[in-house]
Amino acid sequence: MTVQPRSSQPRSSVSNLILTNIETVPGKTITQHLGLVQGSSVRAKHLGRDIAAGLKNLVGGELKGYTELLQEAREEATSRMVQDAQKLGANAIVNVRFATSSLTQGAAELFAYGTAVRVE
Amino acid sequence: MEEIVVFAILLGIGYFFGARAEKQHLRLLQHREQAIKGLVLSTAGAKATVPDARQAELFVGSVVISSDFFKTFIAGLLKLFGGRITVYESLLERGRREALLRMEESALAWGAERVVNIRIQTAELSGNNGRGVVALEVMAYGTGVR
Repeated sequence: MTVQPRSSQPRSSVSNLILTNIETVPGKTITQHLGLVQGSSVRAKHLGRDIAAGLKNLVGGELKGYTELLQEAREEATSRMVQDAQKLGANAIVNVRFATSSLTQGAAELFAYGTAVRVE
Repeated sequence: MEEIVVFAILLGIGYFFGARAEKQHLRLLQHREQAIKGLVLSTAGAKATVPDARQAELFVGSVVISSDFFKTFIAGLLKLFGGRITVYESLLERGRREALLRMEESALAWGAERVVNIRIQTAELSGNNGRGVVALEVMAYGTGVR
């Protein structure tokens, strides 16, 4: 498991795979649909972060630890989806959607899915 | 007696720092929103056509926000009567604007002219058992084109 550099841009730039959440890839035409691809990641917050968050809850505001945690998890879910798509021979994923669900106290599942396509 | 004093102090800290942080955050948000004025945003669905675009990329922005002690307490009181819980309205507004801004700023840094099909969603992080941390995640995502 690798932790990606922290950025809000999923690692499509690394893998040269284009991600969009619309039905097309602007500037290119879709030649082949390869079906649904998905990736998920379940993360639990750890104790240190939880204590810090508990303190932060007194004064409110952003919980940076959790923001980073979820961002990493989402990036991992995205990269798993990208791997899935690469296995199918895709070079783009369209109609990408994200979903978050909290499983139990302190654990969340981040889920990404989309349609793998070949574009030219 | 001691408990009441501690509670009052916590409430005071929550109110003082929470209100100050909120005011600062809102000012900062306004400032940052000015800076990204040139970016065209749209929530038109997935079928939106972008004929003049050459490149596209997905951008995500997210933030986890929490309530302060004062807000949590007031919300608890307001819940008894129902109706608008104004203290949480401003909290969610801040979260949503922050998440949107992060997405827009990263799109702008990439050189996007437009962001289409923007979606915003909110997820609750901790269970609602009353004792836990009130934490909400707001995420915004969309396709940036140039």
